[in-house]
Amino acid sequence: MNVIMELKKVTREYEGKSALCGINLKIKHGEVFSLIGPNGAGKTTLLRIMAFLDKPTNGKIIYKGKEAWGPNLTKYRKKVTMVFQRPLFFNSTVFDNIAYGLKLRGYSSEEIEQKVDNVLRLVKMEDFQERSIKKISGGEQQRVAMARAIALNPELLLLDEPTANLDPANTKLIEKIIKKISKITTVVVATHNLFQAKRLSDRIGCLLSGRLIDVGNTRDIFSRPRDERTKKFVRGEFF
Amino acid sequence: MSEQLFDLVVRSLWISGTALLLALTWSLPLSLLLGLKKFRGRKILISAFNSLLGIPTVALGLTLYLLFSHAGPLGFLGILYTPVAIIIGQALLITPIIVSLLTSAIESVDPNLKDLAKTLGASERQASLAILGEAKKGGILAGVAAFNRAISELGIALMVGGNLAGATRVMSTEIARGVTTGEMALSIQLTIILLLIVFGLTVLVNLAGKD
Repeated sequence: MNVIMELKKVTREYEGKSALCGINLKIKHGEVFSLIGPNGAGKTTLLRIMAFLDKPTNGKIIYKGKEAWGPNLTKYRKKVTMVFQRPLFFNSTVFDNIAYGLKLRGYSSEEIEQKVDNVLRLVKMEDFQERSIKKISGGEQQRVAMARAIALNPELLLLDEPTANLDPANTKLIEKIIKKISKITTVVVATHNLFQAKRLSDRIGCLLSGRLIDVGNTRDIFSRPRDERTKKFVRGEFF
Repeated sequence: MSEQLFDLVVRSLWISGTALLLALTWSLPLSLLLGLKKFRGRKILISAFNSLLGIPTVALGLTLYLLFSHAGPLGFLGILYTPVAIIIGQALLITPIIVSLLTSAIESVDPNLKDLAKTLGASERQASLAILGEAKKGGILAGVAAFNRAISELGIALMVGGNLAGATRVMSTEIARGVTTGEMALSIQLTIILLLIVFGLTVLVNLAGKD
């Protein structure tokens, strides 16, 4: 399997404190990779670096064999999309929010209308186009955020706690969408929900205090983890 | 409406409208800079604009008079007692209003939206424009407040305009002249029109901007 993104000795410091330390990670093309770990482990920080929002303090990010941080950064940003844990929106309609990224990519009005229609159908919100984003529920907003990311056909989709604070029905629907989209794109999910990671992932990485302590396929991480701390975490014994 | 009245209203509107456009040419980039970039002295600059919000028009009028008068450093321009002098004066007067309100509107936008725009493929410039788009309501209100201040002011129009009939006489200066000469009817008519313009414009913009 080809590697779509590689992180080499990535560190990230905030005001002198280390948030990520020496991360080496390869994301393979077409896989669903879950980042698990307790709150504050550095999952969001790592995703922001993978989304090219924050520059690593040290280390390299290789995207399809080429170093990403450089004059072509905007080009790479168009290939990777991130959905935030607390979905962010422009103060406008559902349609405008989904159309924003498509407009940046130079699609025609007809193409934009078609794509918005398709993704809203995928998230079962086809009648929501003209609704104000502020006037829909949290679960619906999360689905719009997913639809907006999917509409851009990203090569790599980064999801930060995509079902945090959602009810079981919305959680089930979001997971169904992730499974569907994972057939055509590479997905990295940050979650502290171990069952979700087990349900969705091909491979899992366990992050603890800014260090990637274990990486393996889903079955191995849950049945015979290499690191003792991973074993404790997946058994729910980690405090 | 009499021809004299119509003439005064139109002249006031174009002078203050032009002053607003002129002020926007420097206030817009300045507000973007103050609202989006973090640099040394930024807070001092914002405080300076905030403190200039209440600058007395007579003080600005007198300063400009001294600058534009024949003996003044800009006397060679020959613009004293012309509409150009009033336009420049009003543009300077309303600059702090636009800068303060627009900067505040830009600052009130969730800065994380810039990250959102970037994850959707925006460049740094496009992400900044997205933030400006989110601040448009505050920006329009800043423009209306500035225009209202310009069209209502008296000190600058009187001191650098000279209140010359058919040339630099505007609504505010004519209201003042009417009171001193006892022509109250015209002053009252003009006051009502001025209030209608100021309130009407504000209400119209508020209604248009309602979600």
